[in-house]
Amino acid sequence: MSGHLSGTAALWVLVLGSLLGLELIGKVPPTLHTPLMSGANAISGITLLAALALIGEAPTPALKLIGAVALGFALFNVVGGFLVTDRMLAMFRRREAN
Amino acid sequence: MVELSIELGSVLLLAFGLKGLAKIRTARSANGLAALALVLAVVGLLLQQGLGGWPWMLLGLGIGGGLGAVLALRVAMTSMPETVALFNGCGGMSSLLVAIGAVQLPTPLNLVGQVSVLVSVLVGAITFSGSLVAMGKLQEWLGTPGWTLRPQRHAVNIVLALACLACCALVLKGMAVALVPLTVLSLLLGVGLTLPVGGADMPVVISLLNSYSGVAAAAAGFVVGSELLIVAGAMVGAAGLILTQVMCTAMNRSLTSVLFGGALGAASSEAGDAGGREEYTNVTSCSPEECALTLEAAERVIFVPGYGLAVAQAQHSLKELARLLEQHGIEVRYAIHPVAGRMPGHMNVLLAEADVPYDQLVEMDDINPDFPRTDVVIVLGANDVVNPRAKSDSASPLYGMPVLEVDQARSVFVVKRSLGSGYAGIRNDLFELPQTSMVFGDAKQVLQSLLQELRSLGVGKVTAGAGSTR
Repeated sequence: MSGHLSGTAALWVLVLGSLLGLELIGKVPPTLHTPLMSGANAISGITLLAALALIGEAPTPALKLIGAVALGFALFNVVGGFLVTDRMLAMFRRREAN
Repeated sequence: MVELSIELGSVLLLAFGLKGLAKIRTARSANGLAALALVLAVVGLLLQQGLGGWPWMLLGLGIGGGLGAVLALRVAMTSMPETVALFNGCGGMSSLLVAIGAVQLPTPLNLVGQVSVLVSVLVGAITFSGSLVAMGKLQEWLGTPGWTLRPQRHAVNIVLALACLACCALVLKGMAVALVPLTVLSLLLGVGLTLPVGGADMPVVISLLNSYSGVAAAAAGFVVGSELLIVAGAMVGAAGLILTQVMCTAMNRSLTSVLFGGALGAASSEAGDAGGREEYTNVTSCSPEECALTLEAAERVIFVPGYGLAVAQAQHSLKELARLLEQHGIEVRYAIHPVAGRMPGHMNVLLAEADVPYDQLVEMDDINPDFPRTDVVIVLGANDVVNPRAKSDSASPLYGMPVLEVDQARSVFVVKRSLGSGYAGIRNDLFELPQTSMVFGDAKQVLQSLLQELRSLGVGKVTAGAGSTR
């Protein structure tokens, strides 16, 4: 939609982003696997940006509605994902305080 | 310029967030950073495109965000795997809808855009239906239907996949209508791929689907031309793959065998259930009283918690029992297998919820050398992760999986509801060893009666010296 991105530039972004992801999650203590999975899952709800862009560009109400539903699904993922991760991690922190 | 710096700041925060999530000390603040990154990203985008269509944005925000918050704050910690699966599926659905919306915009898409729409629809739909099936199986709303275990299912899935590709080709030729059958077929494919996977392998599937939802997000990023979305999606996709690999290693399964030969676990599970009780010949069972007497005289005790403990909601009783034993001068620790619970790390979360001190949870490699010096091991609702067959029987599907070597301890009590087979459906030789006694019953009830028995023995009231060894 914004369309300023060339195909090759986008592919570079994709490849470098993947490498970054591999590098960042090298070693994880097993304790954190579940929270990490849940946190990463919340981040993947970033498609909400695409949903917002769709609502912004959509010429018809029907299309805006599709955007709104997409936004709802994405936010369900984002808000729920971050909160649930926080709930899990809060327990670990209380543990260490003792 | 402002928008660009906000976007770059958001990417940096996401990267630091993801990195911080991998360390216990920083994990919670890192989660906040990642959330902040998403807020920043939204602000940056809205600065760029304006607030046109804001009622629609509010609608999505209110309903989706509200429901997500309610579910996240209410759900029990034991249901974490299925909750993650549900959230994940919704992320996939979002990418799918965005792609379908994008093709209807008046501005035509270039080839990269069109291919990205196809990837977004295909992967988004598989993520959505696959995650819902995974959730249903974990909630035990769905079983593993027998027909899905026949070899023909591969043929069905291959036909579905080919039909999906054919639809893709049609869309690229200009027939946008073919997106409809593509969506339906991809949804079916997600079901077809996930339904035959056995219960024990489900965490791997959720982790893989988590990775897919990242891929779907990245594809949606190509569709709308957002670098930020591509980077974030790619990071999650890669991170999900690593986690999947870690889980496979811990369970001694290869990813291909989970996905394509995946019926193994489920198939033998059915055989195990049918074979049932007759299979075990030399099992000693004992009452909570006898178990309490042995406990009272022990010096070192190790608990091995499994998912059965969580299902019975018995973590709090366990913690209470551990405290009582400690007051009696007994050393108490918990042995945590990497895949205890239904996701790696799940058991740590559950025990942390019950206030079990963090340093009493010992990882498998650190505690295995200690079992020969241990007086009593109590296995609570764990099965496959303590099966000695994983070391001895090269024909067993468990062979090679690292297990907790509880058979080395002086006496072992296995608290279990029945002699049914474990999650992976494999017979457990531990139950027939001479030092093993089965305590049949619900984990919570057994723990409660143990507490009662120990109290009536005067444990915890008198701070007498530690009980004598046998």
